[in-house]
Amino acid sequence: MSVGLVWRIIPPGLYARRARTVVERSFLVNRRAWMTIFSGFFESLFYLFAMGVGFGRLIGEVVGPGGQTMSYAAYVAPALLAASAMNGAVYDATFNLFFKLKYAKVYDGMLATPLGPFDVAIGEISWALIRGGVYATGFLTVISVLGLVSSPWTILALPVVLLVALAFAAVGMACTTFMRSWQDFDLVQLALLPMFLFSATFYPLSVYPAGLQWIMQLSPLYHAVELMRGLTAGIMEWAMLGHLSYFVVMAIVGLIVAARRLGKLLLS
Amino acid sequence: MLRPWQARLLVVESMWTWYRRNWRATAVSTVLNPVFFLVALGFGLGSQIQPGAITHGYSYAVYLMPAMLASAAVQNAAGESTFPILSGFKWSRVYWGMTATPITPAQVATGQLLWILCRLTFSATVFAIIGTVLGAAAGPGIVLSLVFAVLTGMAFSAPLVAFAATVEGEGHAFNPVFRFLVLPMTLLAGTFFPITELPALVRPLAWITPLWHGTELTRAAAFWDMRLWPVLGHLAYLLALVAVGGFLAIRHYRRRLGV
Repeated sequence: MSVGLVWRIIPPGLYARRARTVVERSFLVNRRAWMTIFSGFFESLFYLFAMGVGFGRLIGEVVGPGGQTMSYAAYVAPALLAASAMNGAVYDATFNLFFKLKYAKVYDGMLATPLGPFDVAIGEISWALIRGGVYATGFLTVISVLGLVSSPWTILALPVVLLVALAFAAVGMACTTFMRSWQDFDLVQLALLPMFLFSATFYPLSVYPAGLQWIMQLSPLYHAVELMRGLTAGIMEWAMLGHLSYFVVMAIVGLIVAARRLGKLLLS
Repeated sequence: MLRPWQARLLVVESMWTWYRRNWRATAVSTVLNPVFFLVALGFGLGSQIQPGAITHGYSYAVYLMPAMLASAAVQNAAGESTFPILSGFKWSRVYWGMTATPITPAQVATGQLLWILCRLTFSATVFAIIGTVLGAAAGPGIVLSLVFAVLTGMAFSAPLVAFAATVEGEGHAFNPVFRFLVLPMTLLAGTFFPITELPALVRPLAWITPLWHGTELTRAAAFWDMRLWPVLGHLAYLLALVAVGGFLAIRHYRRRLGV
């Protein structure tokens, strides 16, 4: 894409090509909050341990992608990776963003400098992705060492999980711009938790009756879980392109809405 | 003259007045969360698990229900005993308003714990009713499970309130509590599978959690399989946590609110 096209889509008033400084700020601020960042990594490990050790014994083997049988731990590990990408991205894009937007007035300060709203949006999302990328790398390393992956395709799970995180962060950001108070965050919970529990994360879709299966397939997390499971098991299918395009569309729509709304909230 | 109990109930009433206007924001996190877990893991994942010795011969959802009551009480206790306490001291500063009246800091502390007791009882009752309607109750023993679950919640709440009363900053100190106490306890202290499945090295860690004792109690009550000495032991441990936590909470409230 030529620079000219970018500038026609994103006018210079909104984008000053200085998103880097927003990321730099996040690094500086989070130097002291390393405990929060570091501990996020353990969340999915606790789940993996509980699921692998406890449920694994109760359930034994399950049927994975491509009809092959696998241990329950290997079945659930890639799904946990997808879920933690979703949770991390959405929490960062909702709670953190709302606090900075409404209470700390961080963005008002930023926009008083040569930064535009697109710099802010891109900078904040980049920071979230750096964090998500670190977690995902750690998690993938752990499950590879534990022998829960069976294919070199697993390496592709990293860029794919970043796309998934980007899509969730963008949509989460867009939703945050519509929020009025803390009470609205219960709606975020109401969307996240059922998605986490019901999107074929812990058991196959075949548990549901046919009508319900169709509804579950609308959930973005379902597509992420399918992608991760296929990649770690080494079952590559054309359907994956469909899952991928779901996230590309989601990311683009989310980003456009988020940036427009942020511009409106902060600059008018 | 303000009698001590009157003072504590006034503290509870002030919390209730706020809650009456804001309860919607907590309905999802306190009641729907455990219901979602019960449906997804109890019925959904449970459909892949054969009833057996581990599940006391019941279906997995019935096995999960009483433990989920205790686990939900602990999670709700975690939410109620952290940021709201810090807020009372720091953001809403409602505690300072209270102690500007004849209410003493110690009464503020006990009133706050009483209020948490009300909250836990209420959400556990709603969850127990929903679970029973969904068919996950083994029998009338679930009522006793409910009592034990609320006690478990308080056994976690009282020490946590005491800790929260010492927190000064923006509440970042609570993050490790949620990540390294609440979450592993929820997942590993016997709610979803017996702790005998854990590696022997990790098991002693489960023994010291209030949730494991609570889970043993709620399950014993739900399946009406209560043996005297284990039940007394678990009860004694939980009551001791409530007593020590309550004592420390009163001390920290006195220190911070005293003039």
